[in-house]
Amino acid sequence: MSDARLSVFKTYKLYVGGKFPRSESGRVYEVTDSKGKWLANAPLSSRKDARDAVVAARKAFGGWSGATAYNRGQVLYRVAEMLEGRRDQFVREVADAEGLSKSKAAAVVDATIDRWVWYAGWTDKIAQVVGGGNPVAGPFFNLSSPEPTGVVAVLAPQESSFLGLVSVLAPVIATGNTAVVVASENAPLPALSLAEVLATSDVPGGVVNVLSGRTAEIAAPLAAHQDVNAIDLAGADEVLAKELEIAAADNLKRVLRPQPVDYTQTPGTDRMTAFLETKTVWHPTGSLGASGSSY
Amino acid sequence: MPSSALTAAHPLKDVAASDSALRRFLHGLPGVDAVGLEGRAASLGTRSIKTTAKAYAIDLAISMVDLTTLEGADTPGKVRALGAKAVKPDPTDRTTPSTAAVCVYPDMVSVAKEAVAGSGVKVASVATAFPAGRAALDVKLADVRDAVAAGADEIDMVIDRGAFLSGRYLKVYDEITAVKEACGTSARLKVIFETGELSTYDNIRRASWLGMLAGADFIKTSTGKVAVNATPANTLLMLEAVRDFRAQTGIQVGVKPAGGIRTSKDAIKFLVLVNETAGEDWLDSHWFRFGASSLLNDLLMQRQKLATGRYSGPDYVTVD
Repeated sequence: MSDARLSVFKTYKLYVGGKFPRSESGRVYEVTDSKGKWLANAPLSSRKDARDAVVAARKAFGGWSGATAYNRGQVLYRVAEMLEGRRDQFVREVADAEGLSKSKAAAVVDATIDRWVWYAGWTDKIAQVVGGGNPVAGPFFNLSSPEPTGVVAVLAPQESSFLGLVSVLAPVIATGNTAVVVASENAPLPALSLAEVLATSDVPGGVVNVLSGRTAEIAAPLAAHQDVNAIDLAGADEVLAKELEIAAADNLKRVLRPQPVDYTQTPGTDRMTAFLETKTVWHPTGSLGASGSSY
Repeated sequence: MPSSALTAAHPLKDVAASDSALRRFLHGLPGVDAVGLEGRAASLGTRSIKTTAKAYAIDLAISMVDLTTLEGADTPGKVRALGAKAVKPDPTDRTTPSTAAVCVYPDMVSVAKEAVAGSGVKVASVATAFPAGRAALDVKLADVRDAVAAGADEIDMVIDRGAFLSGRYLKVYDEITAVKEACGTSARLKVIFETGELSTYDNIRRASWLGMLAGADFIKTSTGKVAVNATPANTLLMLEAVRDFRAQTGIQVGVKPAGGIRTSKDAIKFLVLVNETAGEDWLDSHWFRFGASSLLNDLLMQRQKLATGRYSGPDYVTVD
């Protein structure tokens, strides 16, 4: 029996502020595959983990939103490169999590990587689409530009543990927001592994923070948190979404309500514009002389 | 109230009679068990303070803050804003207690005095060539008299670390007594040891006794201008010193950790140290202070969380 090797189990951990802590509460819960077979223990986050994640996201916001759009695009493309290198691992995790065959899981992972690249391309183009110069009746140059909302809490979709997750996370950070992600409750492992990819691909710590656990438990303090600027309720059921929207009203958070989405389809720009604020500046041009416009 | 000076008959009265007597006394103090001290400080830091006890601790901590601004870039406007914040730390919640004091450079004392007028908030001023303390005694005393004349209620002096570390204890002692005299009866004297520069726990214990013997009303860890500032261990050591000093002389001396305390959690750990070491008598802003600036915002955010059940954020407190 001496050649039998002991298997090395992976300890899945949270991703907060660029580090991989255990839950502050010390709790874990069992994650099973679609047939009920045990896969791993994942951290069961508490509201204090949510609070710490928001602090980390706020701290990272200045640097990430201030980075040039081109630079953000490069960083996100780097994430896609890293995902490609870990393709086999994600295929296995997605197959376990969602009960898919190897080939179907591989298709999902490919679509996910392509989704990430798609959003990476949008970072330096979204401003041209939703911003621009406005015609005004006066001697002003009037310019609108989109700016990131701030810290966005993202409840990842419950069913689509990887493609769905990336489809809601990538648009949030592509535009310069920072995110606190609550992973799918029953299938958090692809999200926790994605954190390892983010940690090794030039994404500054705190830009994305990943929490696993009971969605309702973690989402409540996030929705009520005064320092969270927006919340994406994609992973909340109808009852929970209503509760969270009420809690979110207190500091006028932007709320993206859950809606049926086919994540395999190419998305529009909606998820990006949902977390952008339009800033409009009026710049005087001086008097318009007899010859007409001075610019 | 304990008397604030040793009576002539007290056995400790003569320890500063000469340099050698003072050295004999300070070096005769028991050595510090560094591992035990740090272990004790760490274990007291694990106490869980929740709900009503936490609310009490947060309000107590707010009332103990010496709200500090000691920057080269201080302006009268900034000091006035700080004064307003000290009087009403959270304008959205009038039940929030005022802080104990504002702490400024001597030239800002009159501005600060005006800003907190009629509120009970004290004005503390650093003096004696803060933070290095590298000046002639005359200059230091002029610095102190200037601050006292401008109306400072408390003077935070720094000791001459160079003299202390080279063993000239009597020089340090004489300097403290001279500054104490310059404070007169109107200002309380806080003596800053700059524990981060004293190298050993034994030195911190000696400095504490030296300061108390020389008439300090408060002993204070640090200036906040060096790498290592207040730590639970060095504050615990100073709390033991004031406890033992009162037991021997009947004189109560206050303690002020300063620098590096930024979160409510840290502040509450210090309050646990006070309660468990010096005792309840020190759990009052007259005897214990936090030298801090950013700590107050965190305390206010925690207070708002307890009041509303929602986590607060930096948008709801002042930027300073």
